[in-house]
Amino acid sequence: MTIQITKQIDARGLTCPMPILKAAKAMKELASGEIVEVIATDPGSVKDFAAWSRTTGHALIESSTDGAEFRFVLRKS
Amino acid sequence: MIGTIDAPAPAGTRLPNPMPGVDLETSGQTAVKELVIVNWSGDLDRIWPVLILSSTAAASGVKTTVFVTFWGLLAFVRDGVRITGENWMQRMLAAMNRPGIDHLKLGKMNFLGMGPWMMGRLARQYRVASPRELLEAAQAMGVEFIPCQMTMDLLGLKRSDLIDGMGDPAGAATAIELMTEANASLFI
Repeated sequence: MTIQITKQIDARGLTCPMPILKAAKAMKELASGEIVEVIATDPGSVKDFAAWSRTTGHALIESSTDGAEFRFVLRKS
Repeated sequence: MIGTIDAPAPAGTRLPNPMPGVDLETSGQTAVKELVIVNWSGDLDRIWPVLILSSTAAASGVKTTVFVTFWGLLAFVRDGVRITGENWMQRMLAAMNRPGIDHLKLGKMNFLGMGPWMMGRLARQYRVASPRELLEAAQAMGVEFIPCQMTMDLLGLKRSDLIDGMGDPAGAATAIELMTEANASLFI
């Protein structure tokens, strides 16, 4: 099954807390169950997106990296 | 009749959403968490984390209130405002502490403004959001900033001197109620 991404966010080059703030802003515009993808380069965002997922209840369905970039896929709760 | 006492809401009554802008139905949370920050310092290196934490908390669905008091309030003065105050001491304090979010001093290594200038250049180089950007984000995310009435009186600040979107001025009892009801409170 492929995941239908509703919105993509380019947070490359941005530092804390901007990747999270951009994701939160995007989430506000989505409906429950819709998917957002965030691409970031801030290494701290790995722990931050996991924590943000736990605090907000939005499911983190993917957290991966190719070494230089980090990819987070979240489903709105 | 002089007054009425509101009867408790009947079971099943929907209470008003404590956090406008956040859809509680879809946020997946059973209870809204609350964070209170008392922003006492006007230093750049303290205002910055206040704005990072408050904007991120609101972005995490946490109801966030910042009680702004003493030197902190000078950062929330509107651009271009000259504090006229009621006497020469208030005017002199304002002259020694140029107000506004773009004129913050560092708590250490200020060096007559060289420190903050270098910090600003480094922030742009490494794409760290400025206090101004973070303040705008925090307000857009629904963070409530409450000015301390006593500080306004002391420093000679009027409500019209403060930035748009500040809450109604309040005092220590309001701060205490906020802090004791919140899940976490910080004094910065």
